[in-house]
Amino acid sequence: MLKLPIYLDHNATTPMDPRVLEAMIPYFTENFGNAASRNHSFGWHAEEAVDYAREQVAKLIGADPKEIIFTSGATEGDNLAIKGVYEMYASKGNHIITCTTEHKAVLDTCKHLEKLGAEVTYLEVQPDGLVDLKALEAAMRPTTILVTIMYANNEIGVVQPVKEISAIAKKHGALFFTDGVQAVGKIPVDVNADGIDIMAFTAHKMYGPKGVGALYVRRKNPRVKVTAQMDGGGHERGMRSGTLNVPGIVGFGKAAEIARTDMAADTERISKLRDKLENALKQIDESYVNGNPAHRLPHVSNISFKYVEGEGLMMGFNKDIALSSGSACTSASLEPSYVLKALGLGDDLAHSSLRFGLGRYTTEEQIDFTIKAVTDTVLKLREMSPLWEMFKEGVDIDSIQWAHH
Amino acid sequence: MAYSDKVIDHYSNPKNVGTLDKASKTVGTGLVGAPECGDVMRLQIQVDEATGIITDAKFKTFGCGSAIASSSLATEWLKGKSVDEAVKIDNMDLVEELNLPPVKIHCSVLAEDAIKSAINDYRKKNGLEELVFEERIH
Repeated sequence: MLKLPIYLDHNATTPMDPRVLEAMIPYFTENFGNAASRNHSFGWHAEEAVDYAREQVAKLIGADPKEIIFTSGATEGDNLAIKGVYEMYASKGNHIITCTTEHKAVLDTCKHLEKLGAEVTYLEVQPDGLVDLKALEAAMRPTTILVTIMYANNEIGVVQPVKEISAIAKKHGALFFTDGVQAVGKIPVDVNADGIDIMAFTAHKMYGPKGVGALYVRRKNPRVKVTAQMDGGGHERGMRSGTLNVPGIVGFGKAAEIARTDMAADTERISKLRDKLENALKQIDESYVNGNPAHRLPHVSNISFKYVEGEGLMMGFNKDIALSSGSACTSASLEPSYVLKALGLGDDLAHSSLRFGLGRYTTEEQIDFTIKAVTDTVLKLREMSPLWEMFKEGVDIDSIQWAHH
Repeated sequence: MAYSDKVIDHYSNPKNVGTLDKASKTVGTGLVGAPECGDVMRLQIQVDEATGIITDAKFKTFGCGSAIASSSLATEWLKGKSVDEAVKIDNMDLVEELNLPPVKIHCSVLAEDAIKSAINDYRKKNGLEELVFEERIH
């Protein structure tokens, strides 16, 4: 029996795995100690649990446990990494390279630093969403201290050529930071093989709890340091003060362990469902898959259905299916997704996009239901769309002088 | 954001979706909005030349649920009104009837613009002077 509503917004957040919850529960009540309390058993138990979780998290990305700094989430990690490098390496230079499809936590942090004197290059991406390595190489300067490019994009799921990017950064003596939120736990990420110096990621995108994340900070070749952005008790090797969120960290550890052991099986199953969904929806006339299909997360599909508006489209099924749209009809600016626009998509296609994010508990039955609901709604709304009618009559929509609001 | 029941009803069962012959002298067509803004409305009226009464109204809209509902409701209100009465339809009446939240007021503005644009198209075809409406900031 199909249970509604169906959740297909796993890039926004994931449900917590019951195994994770089970691991966390004792740390709220019985084992409530402060991991920094060094002189009694409550503190020792908490510290032991944190150490174990640190190993679990480190193992998922091929890191040493000492290289894991626990944070409140990836926004904090992005801020700590970028601002922390900018401050720590100020004597080496003030230039940062990023790209236009980054998450706002990266882009707005860079903008903030520009006000403080940083020079920032925002690389354009190619139409498939990938960074142009030649453009990156050309943007490198002697004063470049940091290259920050996300591992995988949250809206279209494209996976950047991280190894090549890190090699270019290294060659020019810059550090490489990556926002790994969407990738870690979903695809194999290895900080050494990938040449990553710093990486932010978070528990709630991998079936763990909200409010806990990690920053990987390399300790060898090179030894990286970031200036703390919060002053206090000097926790986490002095880089992140604040009492550790022990239950959250325990849950993060368990989620990381499950992600590592179940990744291959999950990916195989979920990518098949994603492909089934995508292949069916591509059958609709004038539908376009956004982002490079060969370099993409296995659980994401972003599709534009030309001549229908995304929010209107979602309304056709949003009581039954939860997903997200590149249309920003609800925002005051009326601006559609800046990520899709950065791919060079016209605003009309950006407004017409849906993002499907599948997950560990997505079933084939849910996908079949979704295919039918989306297809029916697209066809129904096209019957109502003046643009579709013009397209069918052969009118060139771009040639019309639209009154801009 | 939750939609009001009236918006959902118009979205699910839109009234008067369709196309009138835009070449006909008795038909006025208004096409407003822009694809890049995420809203395009086409609203058409069929006018009885003898009485000046709008006997039929049709719409097609590319946009969100509130835009579809605004144009659907507008066509309902237009039918049976005289052209002179139709000019007076105010976007705030649509807002009130549909319980549109502030971020969706522009949908009602667009519907009002579509009505006025359709009326002017009809007037122009029939040798009448086009009405001048106050410019507004959307």
